[in-house]
Amino acid sequence: MLKLRIERAPAPLWFRAVIPVIAVLATFILVSALVIVAGASPFSAFFELLINPLTKTTARADILMMATPILLTGLAVTVAFAAGYYNIGAEGQLYAGGMAAAWVGTQLQTESPFLMIPLMLIAGFIAGMLWALLPAILKVRLQVDEVVTTLLLNSVMLFLVSALLNGPWRDPVSGWPQSPTILAAAQFPVLIPRSRVHFGAIVAVVVAIVVWWVMSRTRFGIEVRAVGKNRDAARFLGIPVGNRILMAALISGGIAGLAGVGEVGGIHYYMTGTLSPGFGYTGVIVATLGFLTVPGAIVSALFLALVNRGAISASRELDVPVYLGDVIQAALLLVGLATLLLGRYRIRRVR
Amino acid sequence: MLRISTPILFASLGETLVERAGVLNLGIEGTLLLSAFSGFVTAQFTGSLWLGLLAAVLTGVVLSLLMGLLTVTFGLSQHVCGLGITLLASGIALFAFRLIYGGASTPPALEASFSTLEILPGTSFAPLLSQHWLTYVSLLCVPLVHWLLYRTAFGLRLRAVGEQPEAADTAGINVYKMRYMALILGGAFMGLGGAFLSLAQLGAFTHGIINGRGWVAIAIVIFGNWLPYRVLAGALLFSGVQALQLRLQAQGVALPYELLLALPYLLTIVAIAFVGRNASYPAALLKPYRRE
Repeated sequence: MLKLRIERAPAPLWFRAVIPVIAVLATFILVSALVIVAGASPFSAFFELLINPLTKTTARADILMMATPILLTGLAVTVAFAAGYYNIGAEGQLYAGGMAAAWVGTQLQTESPFLMIPLMLIAGFIAGMLWALLPAILKVRLQVDEVVTTLLLNSVMLFLVSALLNGPWRDPVSGWPQSPTILAAAQFPVLIPRSRVHFGAIVAVVVAIVVWWVMSRTRFGIEVRAVGKNRDAARFLGIPVGNRILMAALISGGIAGLAGVGEVGGIHYYMTGTLSPGFGYTGVIVATLGFLTVPGAIVSALFLALVNRGAISASRELDVPVYLGDVIQAALLLVGLATLLLGRYRIRRVR
Repeated sequence: MLRISTPILFASLGETLVERAGVLNLGIEGTLLLSAFSGFVTAQFTGSLWLGLLAAVLTGVVLSLLMGLLTVTFGLSQHVCGLGITLLASGIALFAFRLIYGGASTPPALEASFSTLEILPGTSFAPLLSQHWLTYVSLLCVPLVHWLLYRTAFGLRLRAVGEQPEAADTAGINVYKMRYMALILGGAFMGLGGAFLSLAQLGAFTHGIINGRGWVAIAIVIFGNWLPYRVLAGALLFSGVQALQLRLQAQGVALPYELLLALPYLLTIVAIAFVGRNASYPAALLKPYRRE
């Protein structure tokens, strides 16, 4: 008789490569229930979600556009989590960056995009860093849990933005609670004609390359990751743990700020209170699904953007609420994490 | 102020129990939203507020059980799973909301919501004492949770599991089961919190009905040093400032009202910074327990 035994040993490599596929399939099976309740067939829903957007050039461009901010927040979260620092405040840091970008974009009187855009990026990065500073210092100096502080500051930033946009920074032209439109020099160039894919996508790719290189090829990056893996061992090795955590947190905030810059400079051209529908939190999903690696983050960001774009087309064609995309994202995160465990066991035949 | 504090108090008490057992449940925000929604929908379709309440509590329990499955049984990262549950529950709630009510511009409302219960009407205490009965329940839950944690064998086991699961296991306590129990209780509390908002306070449901209060509950648990009475103080402090903000706003004070809205959050951060140094974290918080 065939007897099998499950051992706690790493599963064969081919199986581990298949795991993401299993996760995706399992997620979609689970989510089918919702689709059926909404009155559509799961197959047509998944067609709309996954296949359809890939067939149309406008939709493909949309995917690149939607992937840009979440790739940046995903990278931000990756850097922070790699140090063991749970930065959930990417949302607020994103808004900080957007505000700074809008400020530079409206105040700096210049016609040259070569001056304007880099300054916006720098300002946004610094703003994101500053917003991440307080929780980081509290964590490093006073051991205050960063999860709560970063979370609370998200809310505070939203209030701050609302106060500014409803008050001293309201657009006198339109009267809406948004900032005045940024100058033409500040508007990010569009990369693909007749689409909304903007310069921010290039920024995201560049940041991805830089982050990858720093995290895997520099002493600093390796130290940061060591701190994340085992703080005490790192300290024992002489790595300045507090400093590395602080740096990781600040860099993370800066990158999230860049995401905000992209949204202001490339999509809206002004600052608004609804700049981000949760990009900061989606970044956590991107980072986790990407196993805290840069290539993984890129793939996850593109995949999630595909799902979100697909959810829009599913809502148009099939009358399924667009929130399906959000549900799939979250389910993918949880299922993905759970299926990772499958890679820890292997099945052996016992004679 | 008491009225504002009720959902926060429920959520914080629930989270206290859960964290005392060693699990950080970041899924509060989403759990509150989905519970509020399921309670609301059930009440609207069955016409019974009590069934709605039950539905809300069940939702909270189910979501917390999911958290348990992922973090206790599977041993996955508590941070990420909690966030994932918040995102999942929020997504489901909004999905179902859009599905059932379409893009209604006015929030759907119940015909009748839980009314206030007036104790000692006509006396000078009357304004303070005419609260929804759920508010009284939430206040009663504070000594209840305190009693549960400190005066019962169950509470002792629960705290042991949160501090030193290895020792608890050696003593014969089933660590997994205790954590699940804590999560179930916590989930029930969160369900009550969500139900209060949609069934009692508002009698309606909107996207922003929770408005960040789930995150605040997490902060208040830390602020309260995981002690039920301190948690009550924290919840009252927070809602007190919010009530103050409402009052000042009604009187047309010149400060931008967002500043006042942000004030409780900022104060909580300050409070945590001070408490943080002496925070007596349940020692096993965030560490999944594995029997080796």
